[in-house]
Amino acid sequence: MSASNMQPPGGVSGHPWVRYIALGLVALVMLYPLLWLIGASFKSNSEIFTEVGFWPQRFDFSAYAKGWKTSTEYTFATYFLNSFLITIPRIIVTVISCVLVAYAFARFEFWGKKILFSIMVGTMMLPLIVLRLPQYLVFRELGWLDSYLPLIVPSAFATDTFFIFMLVQFLKGIPRDMEEAAQIDGCNALQLLWHIIVPLLKPAIVSVIVFQFIWTMNDFMGPLIYLASVEKYPVSLALKMSIGATEEVEWANVIAISVVALIPSVAVFFAAQKHFIEGATSSGVKG
Amino acid sequence: MYENKRLGFLFVLPFVLGVLLFKLFPFVMSFALSFTQYDLIDPPQYVGLENYRELALDDPLFRKSLGVTLLFAVLAVPLRVVFALFIAHVLNFRLRGINFFRAAFYLPSILGGSIAVAVLWRFIFAKHGLVNLLMTQAGLEPIAWLADEHYSMWTIVLLFTWQFGSAMVIFLAALQNVPVSLYEAAECDGASKLQQFWSITVPLITPVIFFNMIMQMVHAFQEFNGPYMITEGGPLSSTYVLALYIYDQSFRFFNLGYGAALSWVLFALVGSLSAISFWSSKYWVFYAGEKEQRK
Repeated sequence: MSASNMQPPGGVSGHPWVRYIALGLVALVMLYPLLWLIGASFKSNSEIFTEVGFWPQRFDFSAYAKGWKTSTEYTFATYFLNSFLITIPRIIVTVISCVLVAYAFARFEFWGKKILFSIMVGTMMLPLIVLRLPQYLVFRELGWLDSYLPLIVPSAFATDTFFIFMLVQFLKGIPRDMEEAAQIDGCNALQLLWHIIVPLLKPAIVSVIVFQFIWTMNDFMGPLIYLASVEKYPVSLALKMSIGATEEVEWANVIAISVVALIPSVAVFFAAQKHFIEGATSSGVKG
Repeated sequence: MYENKRLGFLFVLPFVLGVLLFKLFPFVMSFALSFTQYDLIDPPQYVGLENYRELALDDPLFRKSLGVTLLFAVLAVPLRVVFALFIAHVLNFRLRGINFFRAAFYLPSILGGSIAVAVLWRFIFAKHGLVNLLMTQAGLEPIAWLADEHYSMWTIVLLFTWQFGSAMVIFLAALQNVPVSLYEAAECDGASKLQQFWSITVPLITPVIFFNMIMQMVHAFQEFNGPYMITEGGPLSSTYVLALYIYDQSFRFFNLGYGAALSWVLFALVGSLSAISFWSSKYWVFYAGEKEQRK
């Protein structure tokens, strides 16, 4: 239900086209930088800095080729592979651990449940930056520096509490009838989880996957702190390097590769768009 | 089965371990570290309150950085929240193609944290970048956004504001719960749309405004990618936010004790501001149903 329900069509302030124009303008201002970035990736270096329009005079793909090759001994193929080597395992362990924990919070009774739940909500407010330094020292003790372990292993312990919260909220909204029936049929907890809960949770799990994919692809500070060798760099660090390497930045190349770097996230976003804006809404968290 | 306490605890165990290992232990450890001097080579040395004394009295860069961080939060958080509320309000009217706009406004929140967008930002605010090109065409003097300390802050504030989408979807959900009957009654009494917005919409969603303010504040105080990539803290430290200072002290200069002290100052800042907002919320946050209970 929305406020417009009671409006007479064509009322003074009710002209929908006024809203369309307002929304359209805001959308244009917001998305123009992205559009322009895409256009600029086909432009020559001189055209980039003189042309306000986003449509290039002619399409030149050479910036893509040069940017992809990079000034290092590796191409962006390596960096993308590295990004996926971090992202995919991390998504898998995140989903497993968060579903287990959310299942416990939403359905089971156990000692300390209330306190643990408050701790979980509290850690969402905790500035991560306070934890970075000691976490670094712990991983250094373990000999995990310059590997992907510090970026993946914590997620196996359900440290991404936002997802737990989201899954718990979702599970609480699902009636328990099916679980009760399955219990009468003699299902144990794990069978119940696998055959009943996981299928029911599917939309929420998709949101977890999408969010974790995009956030991990975007993650910059983690790799910056933990990774030292260039051959292990993910896309985010490699992009930073392409700017820092030379005083005179070859903007066309950098822009082309920035566009490529955004493609996986944008693709995943549009593929799961409906799902995941709703997921963000229903859980009501994360800014 | 759901009454089986051991089974429930077994399922929640990964979380318990995770909190202990990766949250609580580091949290306590960073507090302990803040009373030491530590450079990763020699073992940590206890120095008492020296780090805190130094940052309070002998560190002009800290004072500058604190000021910059507060300024950033004061500008960026209200801008983002107000924008999010405004757009959510407009989107709340039933329109065709609403999903397109919702996605369009949400997209920057998805991409905003990425380095690629920081690169883009640096580039559109460059001397001959898009913004200056547009300003020249409009007959305005171009501005050295990244080189002038009076304007550099705006580049990162605008990047933060640009990502208002996630706050927006939360507002949108809240707006959809405001009963239509209230608007109908107001309409009968001849209230204008603006009056309706201020007297019905805003009071009813204050809990959500409050929630968004706090969450955005926690984010704003930790903003790192923007200042790191776009302005590199400069010029003249005008965008040298605390997150950047903590990073430099901890991971570039390896003053780990000092870095820990700085991060605890940041934590105390976020914590006390959240506490103040919680405390003040009873004066301005309206929770539906509260009044009935008091009667």
